[in-house]
Amino acid sequence: MKSSNVHDQGSARAVESLTADDDIIIMEQVCKSFGKTQALIDASLRVKKGEVCLIFGPSGGGKSTLLRCINHLERPDSGTIIVDGIPVSDAKTNIDLVRAEVGMVFQLFNLFPHLTVLGNVTIAQEKVRRRSKEEAEQVARQLLERVGIPEKADAYPGQLSGGQKQRVAIARALAMNPKIMLFDEPTSALDPEMIKEVLDVMLDLAKEGMTMVVVSHEMGFAKAAADRMVFLEGGGVIEEGTPEELFASPKEERTKLFLSQILE
Amino acid sequence: MAVATEVEKSESKLIPWTARLQKMPWWALILVLLGALTVYFILISPTYQDAFLFLISGVRLTILVSFVSFVVALILGLVLGLGRVSKNVVFYTISSLYVEVVRGIPILVLLIYFAYVLTPVALQALNALGAVMLRSDAIGPLMGFAERLASLNIQDVDMLIRAIIGLAFAYAAFEAEVFRAGIQSIERGQMEAARSLGMSYFQGMRYIILPQAIRRVLPPLGNDFISMLKDSSLISVLAVRELTHLGKLNRARTFRTFETWNTVAFLYLILTLSLSVLVKFMERRMAFEE
Repeated sequence: MKSSNVHDQGSARAVESLTADDDIIIMEQVCKSFGKTQALIDASLRVKKGEVCLIFGPSGGGKSTLLRCINHLERPDSGTIIVDGIPVSDAKTNIDLVRAEVGMVFQLFNLFPHLTVLGNVTIAQEKVRRRSKEEAEQVARQLLERVGIPEKADAYPGQLSGGQKQRVAIARALAMNPKIMLFDEPTSALDPEMIKEVLDVMLDLAKEGMTMVVVSHEMGFAKAAADRMVFLEGGGVIEEGTPEELFASPKEERTKLFLSQILE
Repeated sequence: MAVATEVEKSESKLIPWTARLQKMPWWALILVLLGALTVYFILISPTYQDAFLFLISGVRLTILVSFVSFVVALILGLVLGLGRVSKNVVFYTISSLYVEVVRGIPILVLLIYFAYVLTPVALQALNALGAVMLRSDAIGPLMGFAERLASLNIQDVDMLIRAIIGLAFAYAAFEAEVFRAGIQSIERGQMEAARSLGMSYFQGMRYIILPQAIRRVLPPLGNDFISMLKDSSLISVLAVRELTHLGKLNRARTFRTFETWNTVAFLYLILTLSLSVLVKFMERRMAFEE
């Protein structure tokens, strides 16, 4: 009922009515297609402040697209997306301001190969946050300490292992002091022995109360840190609930089937 | 069996002398010999000496023209290249139109067209503008400027300037395509990462994409610089006293065809070969671990 109201009213009213509660991310009936493939069909998602939300589901189910719609790396065809009270899907919104508040970690790291680790973590601080070089470097060194690789500050990304790269990528995103962190399959491109070092950093982050939206199939992480799990298939949310609910008694047959396949 | 294989091994370490000879860089050796021969001729033969001394001032101009034109072509090419990857329809259309038109016309024709058609037309337009400004009263301090515009003469625009700009305009189209290819060769994730950190498109280009793209296109840019040095010989049709034009003059002056063009070719080779060494050196210095 609520979602149909959103479409009837203007977007200003929609923002007002939707931000009444403490949801920091609100996605209502988001549709996105690439050519003839429908990646998202009326997908809706709400994330509360401080919540860790894990999105999982079969490949091609729209997980990454949904995540990338949050900071507008994908422009949705229709629907409403409100992040921290700002309507992302509104053409008048300066999306750069929203993105500075939303950190993102990519599957393939996407570190800047021409900059050192320190440069990777400082560049956006200096150019977007307008921090001085000294301040940016201080923040960067603290964060590198936090993700456990202070000694790699002067190395280039090409000299790091996959796990180290991903930890630098997390530090790079955190350097902007984001309110929300998005993780797009952060451990899928890693060798098995490196997954833990990245998950440990993410667990710490979750404990500190960061709002996190994580696309992942790491069920260990889900059990340890997720407040809520969302099962996405065929471009829509099939089922959501706490990890206990979903692992113990999934309501939908498809969720049960998928979980049994990946938990084997 | 074991003994036999050992013998084979020790023999295989010896590369036959014929194979060694095949691996020698003969082309470089022959090149050096030919160069030494020419230097020898220049030193002992008065005809060669005369040609050399006459031509050497052309070398200076050839270097000057190539260098200035290439710098201008790089700047213009970068702007056009950014236009070729831009989502802005106007910017993209102007850039693409420029690149397609200029690439499709021979450089020789472009040079002649620019020097003898575009420059006079542009000058007439400036004259007309100056006249209009003079007729209106409200220009005040711009009076002197308007008078200068109105009295500009075609002779005021040196052929050297027209040649340099013409060459730069022609090469800007090639460099635009080099930059476009370089920018497009950078993975999409790089711009996405930059944007996800709150950088604008322009900032992402400036701090993330271009530094990587430019390193990647250094080899083709170096090649283009060498090409431009060779194509600078085309401006001899505008009677700019660069190397090739001086070659023509020297032949007319002395009727020594053989010696003249030998020396001209030799001087061009010296220039292009030392440039390619320089380019290789720069590429090595700019390389980084990817």
